[in-house]
Amino acid sequence: MRSSTTRAARAALATTSAAALALALASCSAGNEPGGSGGGGGSTPGASAGGGGGAGGTINGAGASTQQAAFQAWIVGFQEAEGTTVTYEPIGSGDGRTQFLTGGVDFAGSDAYLDDDELTEADSRCTDGAIDIPVYVSPIAIAYNLEGVDELQLTPATLAGIMAQQVTTWNDPAIAEENPDAELPDLPITVVNRSDESGTTENFTEYLDAAAPEAWTYGVVETWPVEGGEAAQGTSGVVQAVGAGNGTIGYADASQVEISDLSSALIQVGEDYVGPTPEAAAAILDASSRVEGRPEGDIAIELDRTTEAADTYPIVLVSYQIVCKGYEDPEVGEQVAAFVEYVTSEEGQQAAVEQAGNAPISETLRSDISDSLALVTGS
Amino acid sequence: MTTSTPALTGGRRRPGDRIFSGTATASAVLILLVLAGVGIFLLAEAFPALTAPADRISGGEGLAVYLWPILFGTLLTAVIAMLVAVPVAVGIALFISHYAPRRLSQTLGYVVDLLAAVPSIVYGFWGVQVFALALVPLYQWLAENLGWIPLFAGPASATGRTILTASLVLAVMILPIISALSREVFLQTPRLHEEAAMALGATRWEMIKYAVIPYGRSGVISASMLGLGRALGETMAVTLVLSASGGVSFNLISSGNPATIAAEIALNFPEATGLRLAELITAGLVLFLLTFLVNFVARALVTRQKGGST
Repeated sequence: MRSSTTRAARAALATTSAAALALALASCSAGNEPGGSGGGGGSTPGASAGGGGGAGGTINGAGASTQQAAFQAWIVGFQEAEGTTVTYEPIGSGDGRTQFLTGGVDFAGSDAYLDDDELTEADSRCTDGAIDIPVYVSPIAIAYNLEGVDELQLTPATLAGIMAQQVTTWNDPAIAEENPDAELPDLPITVVNRSDESGTTENFTEYLDAAAPEAWTYGVVETWPVEGGEAAQGTSGVVQAVGAGNGTIGYADASQVEISDLSSALIQVGEDYVGPTPEAAAAILDASSRVEGRPEGDIAIELDRTTEAADTYPIVLVSYQIVCKGYEDPEVGEQVAAFVEYVTSEEGQQAAVEQAGNAPISETLRSDISDSLALVTGS
Repeated sequence: MTTSTPALTGGRRRPGDRIFSGTATASAVLILLVLAGVGIFLLAEAFPALTAPADRISGGEGLAVYLWPILFGTLLTAVIAMLVAVPVAVGIALFISHYAPRRLSQTLGYVVDLLAAVPSIVYGFWGVQVFALALVPLYQWLAENLGWIPLFAGPASATGRTILTASLVLAVMILPIISALSREVFLQTPRLHEEAAMALGATRWEMIKYAVIPYGRSGVISASMLGLGRALGETMAVTLVLSASGGVSFNLISSGNPATIAAEIALNFPEATGLRLAELITAGLVLFLLTFLVNFVARALVTRQKGGST
């Protein structure tokens, strides 16, 4: 017993000294870091006021994590084209708007446009108010995994019924009626939903709430409200879970669904059934009207979830970039305008598609955005 | 110890002694400070949620209603994991220490130690992509044939991502910790005790039962508590494996399961602000207190066992 205690003590001593050494090393490298980044970091808060001093300059953004993947392409592309460095922190839409309105960043990325209070706040932050520019459109696919069924057509009401777990088997008359050719098995439906809070859930429930208010009674929420479904973390988790089970159905970013070889349900729009193609997703923006009573140049889209226009897919996520029309530092204004111009250009959208798999915006919207950006000036 | 040292060194403490006792004391104080710091941080950050009116808490019915299902989920997964892991781990430890031929026992011991070093996210991926799917037929069978037992009421999950799967993954994760420590304890059994038992005509099983297990009992309990700590706090594996979309339920094989505290925090933290963040930190505080309680009980058990066995 005695010998074992001393052995243990010796081992403990060895571990402690190893830990102490590691700690010392860590503090060494940590000590270097603030010094290294301090030079760069110091300029960040002041960037909106005094940035752009260098040849290329830097503009800073923060906000929605939806745009994060696209930003990886945009930052590189814009750096190559204009030599301006862009930073983007994916801290969430709400925090991004707050940071923008308090002057912490030069522009914000947001899944929602500025509300009226925020527009008023923006008047004091910017010299000429702020505007919303839609830059990122991504269709949300209804992915399913059902052996022997390659094509599935759903009306909004049936989809809402399935999602609310009122329609519980695949051979339910409501589904069978819309899919006369499919051989629907007598299999329980497993609904796969996000287990974390997400903008995808919010957009999807917004669609269900607008298109099938009788069947969907849970309202518009960020956290999936129906209990007892299959909950999975993140887009990848949902896609994995849908792919793993038989008789599963879930909602996820269309690009991820496509990569995973899952089938997407076709959703009834007007007379037709439409799938989540990039073209149909971009078309819904043109088919929708603009929010009224907005400042000049603002493009806030009132997504028409119940549209009956042909070849439009109404379950989409639209993300905006929010910029000032006038910046205190003219140079920052010019660079922000140039950046958004690049982001919404054909080239910028294509770069994002390759990185994030979103739907590129239409030519019509592009020309509107171009008009708006003409208002963004440096003074 | 302290009384004999001055006598040996001629009434004078050497610098080495002073330095060592100083650093040891400092370490002990440091760990207390860290613990107190964490506790104070949790309390302070959880304060908004603790004082908020009930209808502003997620779910709209107050903190207790929000916390109860995830606390239940945490306890249920940990208990099932322990029920599965402890007997198997003790079995492995006894096999390695008393049954296996020397060469095999060394290899086996090495493999078990290696298992303890696998990161939890790897267990999570394995759990969700391989293990859960493999369990689906079993769950379907259980739902069909043993559905009258509330535990297996079903409907069986189509993907196998149930609380039972999560518990079994946890069991696999804590198995190596418990068995590695138990093995060391069993190996410490005095040779004389074992030989004495044999000499009295005991079979090998009786020798283990009367000499090895009583000697190692407190060590096994300590080892189990370490395992339990990991099971209670495990985040990544549970987050990946568990389909957390339900409330309190003893139904182990359906899609609707209660979340665990750690998984709930991991899932919701990235988008949480304000009161929601305070709620999650309150959940963290509850887990912190639960771990404290568990350790306290374990400590009490170990002390009692020690008093009884020697």
